[in-house]
Amino acid sequence: MAGLAVSLGSGAMTNSIAEMEDAEVLIVIGSNTTIAHPVLATFVKQGVVRKGAQLIVIDPRRIPLVDQSAIWLRQRPGTDIALINGLMHTIIKENLADTAFIAERCENFEEMRKVVEGYSPERVEEITGVPAGEIVKAARLYGQAGKAMILYTMGITQHTHGTDNVKSLANLAMLTGNFGRPSTGVNPLRGQNNVQGACDMGGLPNVLPGYQPVIDETVRAKFEALWKAPLDARVGMTLTDAMTAAADGRIKGVFIMGENPVVSDADSHHVMAALKKLDFLVVQDIFLTETAAMADVVLPAACFAEKDGTFSNTERRVQRVRKAVNPPGQALADWQILTALANVMGLDWKYESPQAIFEEIRVATPSYAGITYERLEKETLQWPCPTADHPGTPILHVGRFSRGKGLFAPIEHQEPFELTDEAYPMTLTTGRVLYQYHTRTMTGRCAGVNDMAPVAKMEMNPADSARMQVVDGEFVQVSSRRGHIEVRVEVTESVREGVVFIPFHYAEASANALTVAALDPVAKIPEYKVCAVKVEKRPQPGLHG
Amino acid sequence: MNSLTLNGKNISFEPGQTILEAARTHGVDIPTLCHLQAADHKGVCRICVVEVQGADRLLPACATPAGDGMVVDTHSSKVVQERKMLLELLVANGDHNCLFCEANGDCKLQALVYEYGVKNVARRAGYEQRPIDDATPMILRDFNKCVLCGRCVAACNDVQVNNAIPYPFGRREDKPPVTGWLPVADYDRCVHCGECVQACPVGALLEKKALGKAMTWQTQKVRTTCPYCGVGCQMWLHVKDNQVVKVTGVEDVLPNRGRLCVKGRFGYDFVHAPDRLTTPLIKENGAFREAGWDEALGLVASRFSEIKAAHGPQSLAGFTSARATNEENYLMQKLVRTGFGTNNIDHCARL
Ligand code: SF4
Ligand code: SF4
Ligand code: FES
Repeated sequence: MAGLAVSLGSGAMTNSIAEMEDAEVLIVIGSNTTIAHPVLATFVKQGVVRKGAQLIVIDPRRIPLVDQSAIWLRQRPGTDIALINGLMHTIIKENLADTAFIAERCENFEEMRKVVEGYSPERVEEITGVPAGEIVKAARLYGQAGKAMILYTMGITQHTHGTDNVKSLANLAMLTGNFGRPSTGVNPLRGQNNVQGACDMGGLPNVLPGYQPVIDETVRAKFEALWKAPLDARVGMTLTDAMTAAADGRIKGVFIMGENPVVSDADSHHVMAALKKLDFLVVQDIFLTETAAMADVVLPAACFAEKDGTFSNTERRVQRVRKAVNPPGQALADWQILTALANVMGLDWKYESPQAIFEEIRVATPSYAGITYERLEKETLQWPCPTADHPGTPILHVGRFSRGKGLFAPIEHQEPFELTDEAYPMTLTTGRVLYQYHTRTMTGRCAGVNDMAPVAKMEMNPADSARMQVVDGEFVQVSSRRGHIEVRVEVTESVREGVVFIPFHYAEASANALTVAALDPVAKIPEYKVCAVKVEKRPQPGLHG
Repeated sequence: MNSLTLNGKNISFEPGQTILEAARTHGVDIPTLCHLQAADHKGVCRICVVEVQGADRLLPACATPAGDGMVVDTHSSKVVQERKMLLELLVANGDHNCLFCEANGDCKLQALVYEYGVKNVARRAGYEQRPIDDATPMILRDFNKCVLCGRCVAACNDVQVNNAIPYPFGRREDKPPVTGWLPVADYDRCVHCGECVQACPVGALLEKKALGKAMTWQTQKVRTTCPYCGVGCQMWLHVKDNQVVKVTGVEDVLPNRGRLCVKGRFGYDFVHAPDRLTTPLIKENGAFREAGWDEALGLVASRFSEIKAAHGPQSLAGFTSARATNEENYLMQKLVRTGFGTNNIDHCARL
């Protein structure tokens, strides 16, 4: 998100899901779309099979979308920047750049061009392992398209260079004038249903609702008037920084609502140790998760089917959540608990319904100002929607970027934070499986769905499994500098030699016991995607069988 | 100007529209069974036939382009006779006893049989029992109820593009399937999205988890947004006695146009899981005990206040949730910023 905001002035998806059907060319990079966003993937696939779109998949793993692709670029994990620079090198060299668009709507092109000049397809082949000819082919396909869309997810952001990865994608789209029109743009696909909304609502340490910076005095004054309370002028701590601060005793009390960082966050030993050191931990959730089990007080919450409200989807569409059943026992909706707690703390909150809260959101957040519960009964709206008669905004950056001019960023390839070496010779990447969601607190309790993928399996290339003499289904020990787990092997060509893949959903084989908490310096996203591991045969296989 | 005569009335139509589309635009209902707009699937069942003056036979409205000056009758006696005959054939070639069928009350065949007054049709002599596929935990396929409309095939291949139910004929050739063909699923490719179930007009494809949970007219449908990924699919929760018994996609609206994936459609049991938290819990000597709201919230407020007083607001932090609503996220950050007095607020998923 941070990367796109720097390049364009907004971190959100620039275009909309339904437009994917009509793109001439689609680049899907670092996104196992059919697994993580299955219904969105149907729009991509329909575009290919029914409307003749050309699909370029860029992924180290043979993801299912490769079946529909015209070109599959299989880069070494962590070399995306070099690859994108290589595509841009070719586009410029072959005069496929949209010079009018660049001149009129962008800045800093020369600086970027100079860096990219050094990325000939041959050099990029050396860095990424992708054949030079394939790079040229993909560059021509994307460069010649009238309208082309880029889609990405965590495979791009969960690196120490995640912000730079995203800026590189913005470079590529600006270079070819792919902004501000239908079926173009750079589109981050949000993993959880309301990540977009959590960010929009100011669930971030540096911005208040509507991405209004806390360090801006006028912004603070506005919110102090609205909330009738003084606000801290300093940027707060990110979750990862707060965990470190908890570990060394600077943070003493934590309130976690509806998250399970013990399983979901990188370097889970570190997270657990940090939470253990706290004087006081409160967890509010629908189940007694691994994180809730560590709490001093656990508050029972209602789930989505038991409350009213809104979610904002990945394309900025604000949609209603409606109560269908009653919560169990004494469980209450999060908004009710928060309101009650605020009142015990002496804050005097008077919210009687989610709608009443939404009315305040409209005042606090200019991009939501035109959205009302009444309108959402009759229409579907994407923010920005500043006024009551505004139709909403399916496409951002029409005619002009949110920041004014699109900013080209010169970016050099850098190696991932942790490289393989003799002690840890293999590269681990993490991700999702179709049948599980996040830390399985929900899907793990669903008959049928859970049965489809009840246990963690580590994907391993046949060449590696043959060398190590392990067979499909065998338990192995996987260790990194931070921890070790035991996990079943699935032998498959979907990963390349030297690379293993473990889904992060499973607490009993927690991939995040291995991952690095090394952060992207800007977005503060841990490097879940690449770390060095060793895989060892266990002396007595099948103990856990 | 494109116009035609429909049941004696002059109507206009857009070039490229079929007779079905033109009629629907003007509020005239023609029954369909196989037609699946989203996949441009049509022309298989012939239930939609109409009489067009000058044509030597009845024409399927879903697959016939509207023509300037056409004279169309949607319910002439010839048309009604043809539909009745087709319905009788369908009933005779299957196992259609609504008394034992989960789709009772939500079945196109049942509705049409009633509308056209088809009565007392016996099973065809020599009808050979077709297989029932009970192989997966999510979907039941009883081909004895299948009317061979091909909608599931189109839904799988052309809507979800999973290619798990093979076409019996070349891709979308608009002709009836070969004898003996059944829309059998290939479980090496099936991802259990259930699009086929949603497309099936009868009771041949069913959500297994919903079996026996409620008769169709006993449920209330509540529209909401999927709790899983960021696509935000629009879904109906089918509710009976305070229980979610089934989930289906909301047709014809963005962002999903009726489609769901396996998690959205079948991942709802957690709502009623027996281990849901039902009361506040307070940890004492390493173990949880149940507590009331007043006690729990009082303790939370006083402990946070003590820490704040002793170590300052920067010693507190709050994490909000990518799975809570906008309203709840808004309140959480407001609580941390105005109650705790710090900007130490973040959420877990940074994308
Ligand atoms: S299973 Fe249902 S949708 Fe598929 S062909 Fe048979 S009746 Fe049609
Ligand atoms: S149904 Fe599937 S694709 Fe749609 S929002 Fe839910 S998880 Fe995402
Ligand atoms: S609905 Fe027209 S042929 Fe089936």
